[in-house]
Parts: sequence; C-alpha cells; structure tokens
Amino acid sequence: MLNEQQIRADFPILSRTVHGKPLVYLDSAATSQKPRQVIEAIVDYYRVHNANVHRGIHALGDEATELFEQARATVAKFINARDPREVVFVRNTTEAINLVARAYGGRVLGPGDEVWTSAVEHHSNLVPWQRIAAERGATTRYFPMDDEQSLPESALEMLTNRAKIVALVHVSNAFGTIHPVERAIAAAHAVGAVVLLDAAQSVPHMPVDVQALDCDFLAFSGHKMCGPMGIGVLWGRLELLEAMDPFLGGGSMIQEVFYDHATWAEPPHKFEAGTPNVADAVGLAAAVRYLESLGMANIRAHERDLVAYGLRALGELPGVRVYGPADPDRHGGVLSFTVEGIHPHDLGTILDQEGIAIRSGQHCCHPAMRALGISGTARASVYLYSLRQELDQLVAGIARAREVFDLA
Amino acid sequence: MLDELYREIILDHYRNPRNRGELADADTKVRGNNPICGDEVTLYLKIADGKIDAARSTGNGCSISQASTSMMTQAIVGRSLDDALALIGEVEGMMRGGGVPEGPDLDDLAALEGVRKFPSRVKCALLPWETLKQSIQEYRGT
Ligand SMILES: Cc1ncc(COP(=O)(O)O)c(C=O)c1O
Repeated sequence: MLNEQQIRADFPILSRTVHGKPLVYLDSAATSQKPRQVIEAIVDYYRVHNANVHRGIHALGDEATELFEQARATVAKFINARDPREVVFVRNTTEAINLVARAYGGRVLGPGDEVWTSAVEHHSNLVPWQRIAAERGATTRYFPMDDEQSLPESALEMLTNRAKIVALVHVSNAFGTIHPVERAIAAAHAVGAVVLLDAAQSVPHMPVDVQALDCDFLAFSGHKMCGPMGIGVLWGRLELLEAMDPFLGGGSMIQEVFYDHATWAEPPHKFEAGTPNVADAVGLAAAVRYLESLGMANIRAHERDLVAYGLRALGELPGVRVYGPADPDRHGGVLSFTVEGIHPHDLGTILDQEGIAIRSGQHCCHPAMRALGISGTARASVYLYSLRQELDQLVAGIARAREVFDLA
Repeated sequence: MLDELYREIILDHYRNPRNRGELADADTKVRGNNPICGDEVTLYLKIADGKIDAARSTGNGCSISQASTSMMTQAIVGRSLDDALALIGEVEGMMRGGGVPEGPDLDDLAALEGVRKFPSRVKCALLPWETLKQSIQEYRGT
C-alpha cells in the first residue's frame, strides 16, 4: 500500500490550482510530475558538482563523472541489467529507438527482410522503422490487434525467418493494454529476430526485469517516471551493442581519431557522442531511488486498483466506450475512452475548466485510430500519486460536459 | 468562460453542419488535418470567374473545427477569391485578438471570437480556413 498523503506532499505541483480549482492531474502517460527529491537532486548537481564528464582533471570533473556513472549503475540495477555498460543515456524513448533502427537496423536489414511491429504502436516505434526499412529495401509489417487492442497470440504465427527485428510496445500509451510480450519475445527468438521493447509506459509503472523478459533492447524515457525531461535510456545486450555501428559521431564516442578515419569507444560511450545530459541523468537516478523506495510492485498494485475502479466507473456512464482490456490485470494506468456526442477535444477543454488535466486526440497513434475508425479518444492516465477521488472528479466532469452539449 | 466557447450558434453548426457532403465536379478538393488532435476537413470548391460558386465539406473532428468549417462554407460562397483571402486574414486576426469580421453572411462567424481565450483550440477553429487558403493557392497554381 502506498501512503497517499505522504506521496502527494512530495510533489509540489500537485498543490497548485488551475482555473481556480485544485489541479487533478490525469495526464501522467504524457509526462509524470516530479517529486522534490528529483528537483533537489538536479539543483544540487548544478549548485555543487557541475563539470564536464570524462575529461576534466580536477575534483569537480571527477565528482560529475562519478555521479553520472553512478546514475548509470542505478538505472542498470533498476531494470536488472547484467552490466551498467548495457545502459546508454539518450534524450528519450524516441531517440533510443532511432538509435537502434539506425545502428542495428542499418547494419542487419537487407532487401526482403522484415521489421515487425504492431498495429497500435506510438509513432516513435513506427516512423524510425519505416525510414530505415525503406532505406535498406526491407519492409515493415504489423501484427493485428484483437478487439481489446491487445496483441493476439495467434498473430505471432505470422513471423517467419525473414523477420530480423520485432519492435513492440510493452504497455500501450493509447489504450493501456499490457501486451503479452513474453510470448512475442519467445516467438521472435524462435525465428532468429531480435526484440526491442518500447517500455515508455511500463518501466515507470511496474517491475521490469530485462533478464526475465529476455528482450534484446529496451527503451524508456526519464520524464514519464518522475525524472526530468531530456534524459532517456536505451538498454541493449552488451554483445549487440558491441557489434553495432555508432549512432552520432563526435567527441566521447571515439577511441582514436586520425585525419582519414577513427576508431570507436566501447559501449556505452560509443553511443554517447558529445557532452551528455549529466544533470538529468543524476535526476533520473534520484527518480529511480524514489520509485524503489515505494516499490514497483506497490506502484503497480496502486494503479491496478485505480484502473479497476476507473474501468467500472466509466463503464457505467451513458454513451461512454472504454478501450483496452476489461481485465485490470492486463490494463496499465491508462483509461482511454470516447463519449458519444462529445469529441475528445471538447471533453478535454471542458474538464480543463474544472482543473482536470487529461489528454485527448490520437496519442501519437494515427494508424491505430484510423484502424478503429475513430478520430481520437480522451485519455485519463494515473500514476503513483493519483487518487480514486480524482477519478470521481473525472466522472463528474464528464457529466458536466454532457450538460454543456445538452446530452444530460 | 465555457459559455463563451460553446455558444449556442457553435453547437448548432456542430450538430447541423451546413453545406455538408462532397461536391461533384468540384474545381478544388483539399484535405486539411490537425496531427495532434485528429481533426480533419476536406473542402470542395466550385470556382468560376475568380468567384466561389459553391463550397461543401466532409470530415470529422471537434465542435470548434466542424462548426468553423460549417460557418466558413456559408460565408465564402459568392465571394471572389481575393475577398475570401481577405476574410481568412480577418478570421486569423480575430484569433489573435483583433476585431470580428463584419459584413453580409458573417454574423455567425463572430461566435468564434470566444475561441481565442482557449489557446489550444485556436488551431481547431483555423483548420478550415487554412484548408481554404491552400485550396485557393492550389487553384491559382501557386
Ligand atoms: C508508448 C510510448 N512510446 C514512445 C513514447 C515517446 O516518448 P518520448 O516522447 O519521451 O520520446 C511515448 C510517449 O509519448 C509512449 O507513450
């Protein structure tokens, strides 16, 4: 059980008002709020330790380097990586996936090869693959979804040995589905493909263990897990990272440079060209410590309770259709729904006037929305600081919107 | 504040959109969309002697984008392309805090004024107007 009052006191922003009403923040899938422990870690870094890393021969340089590499080790342990060298700091999930598409996909893909993703991917797990596949003469293919926007096991039979990469979302940002990725990973490995998991919506919300999952790459963003914006993580198996080409070229990623060529540093530095975002890596490590102090299993249990409550409450409203699995065990902290007669965008504006922040629209999933024949959904997403009472306010806000549209 | 956004006239245009549907033998057919929220509008125009003879639209989206589209198709029929361009400028100006467009057939449009207090919705209101601008540019081959 999480101590709700204590947790909410850790998040300064949660005590502000919006349009004169207390903020009800139900948009954590877009970005989470930050606890003071994280804000203070970043401020402390800049006030006390700041220097460039891996270069200064002075005390501050050593401290900054130490903090940066400690942050890497903290993240590695958090996802149970075998080795901190498997953790590459990037800007966000999007950059992590682009890195793999280019540095791995660019190397292994050839004419006739296939990259498989699903019909409900975030654009960040579609567009990089479309681009690299087009460049290499390979094709992108899509697992269909069942009518709960979940990956059906039968779809995995579509994989053949032409599949070189399978890139899947772990928990859907658009529908909340927790996909059965373990089975997909086994099926992909059986045909010799490597698997990248887009874990942007799983790592922040539930225990994720890369060794237990047996995936090959994992991508996530610091800003969705109580950490700062501008820092994200690519985890990859060391042997894959070692065999890959670099991503960006420049300082820090080299071993030795000549006028006509250069040799590469070892992972992870091979993929971290230029001055890294040290302060936000330090902030991310503080976020990881914060999450660990609460316990990821407890966070998931808290969200599962909220989702079960929300699915029931929304399901009882007239004209409301909720997407994603009806079973809260397979449903992450995202409630995606439509209200008949009210466009999600209008609902978002009306709720905002009540101080309630949700997201509405296509959630960076144009193909999935097109396939469902809808122009978007309203999305209320919860996190460790969310309360049942806030879902009650959401329900009341929907009733208010029905009044505005003369539907009540 | 919500009353200023969801004026009765806007909800009426949303529920009963004017000039809805495709236009056979249209001179232009242009689709505009809003990548963030998914609003979309396809605008069909019949143009003769530099004048808009007919305007119809299909598409879907929020009340603001669809009401704005409906009002626009009413307001532009009978106008020269130059007049229509000027009107686009006036509507854009209204969204930036300028006055409301005045003239025959423009009464309904004034109801969109309230949108400017909702910055995230301004692009919804402007979507059909941007699509109109593109249609005129396409027609003129520029
Ligand atoms: C499932 C999923 N994948 C990828 C992303 C992209 O994350 P970012 O914008 O931090 O790169 C997001 C967040 O928007 C997401 O929810």
